[in-house]
Amino acid sequence: MDKANKDNRHVYWNPYFGGFLLGLLIIFTFYMTGRGLGASGAMKSSVVTLVDKVSHEHTINNGYYSKFVKDGESPMNTWLVFESLGVLAGAFISGSISGRIGFRVQHSPKITSRRRLVFALGGGVLFGLGAQIARGCTSGAALSGMAVLSTGGFITMLAIFGTAYLFAYFFRKNWI
Amino acid sequence: MGPLIPNGILTDEWNIIIAVLIGLAFGFILEASGFSSSRKLAGVFYGYDFAVLKVFFTAAVVSVIGLYYMDYLGWIDMGMLYVHPTYVWAAIVGGAIMGVGFVAGGFCPGTSLCAVAIGKLDAWVYVFGILIGVFIFSEAYTVFEDLYNGSFLGYITLMDNFDIPAKWIILGVTAMALIAFFVSDIVRKRIKKVFY
Repeated sequence: MDKANKDNRHVYWNPYFGGFLLGLLIIFTFYMTGRGLGASGAMKSSVVTLVDKVSHEHTINNGYYSKFVKDGESPMNTWLVFESLGVLAGAFISGSISGRIGFRVQHSPKITSRRRLVFALGGGVLFGLGAQIARGCTSGAALSGMAVLSTGGFITMLAIFGTAYLFAYFFRKNWI
Repeated sequence: MGPLIPNGILTDEWNIIIAVLIGLAFGFILEASGFSSSRKLAGVFYGYDFAVLKVFFTAAVVSVIGLYYMDYLGWIDMGMLYVHPTYVWAAIVGGAIMGVGFVAGGFCPGTSLCAVAIGKLDAWVYVFGILIGVFIFSEAYTVFEDLYNGSFLGYITLMDNFDIPAKWIILGVTAMALIAFFVSDIVRKRIKKVFY
């Protein structure tokens, strides 16, 4: 028990403090750029760029990719890509300060890391697919949408958390 | 008056610098709040850790109150802010798929980036999965096209739906957040602790 307690030290911020700062950051982002935060947008840009590198003809003929490729400009040249590079750096700084850096697979002791990785891959595929259908993820659609009382933002938020609660039972072995 | 860049008060070149700085703060806040840990994030679905709920709803309430205050004081023009468009079925189906992905993978895209930055290999795999998911959607775009573009209601807000002033909606959202915080603390006391 002592060991478990030690490993579970609450080194993280108080969630209300973190949420308050995140709220101020969203206000600042809207004040500066007129738009909210995002995360999945950068991954979409990465896919578009990769596919465009392989076959430019394919991207301009595809109904979805073609929205994001312009002649003479890299699809990576978007606000969200630069923001996401900042996210990586910011998280690295925070992790460094608290000594949380290191290569590892984090999983419940009741499952193998192989199982954890398989579910992480599957979860990622689903999230990537869903975020495209809903035009944004938890940051871009739900959080930034709610900040301006967007109906779509609220629907997305309810759908994400509602479904996650509904399906939590089936995935309980992975977590508890 | 804000927003500064769309109003031309700051030049467009600032956009990229501000993007990186905002990202830095975003990543720092998420990581410091523990969002680089999938086991902490998943706690919200099993009742052993409500950090996601608390951070998420505190941020939503703070930002909506702050933005409307700034609009009231004339510092920002709400009408110029980008409102996430409402495609009803795309939001429901997309959100539902994301919900399953969330509880299966333990991350959402923003939090997975934070975990990638501190070396969580499960997050690397998760981000790779997201890339595959985006690829599948794009390649099968003709299949999803009707869902993606259908049931479009415009760039609407809750005020348009309920036809009541913003202040009452904000009060309602705030009250719901406070109730959720209160209930989550009660639930957490009753649930067996999980150490991670």
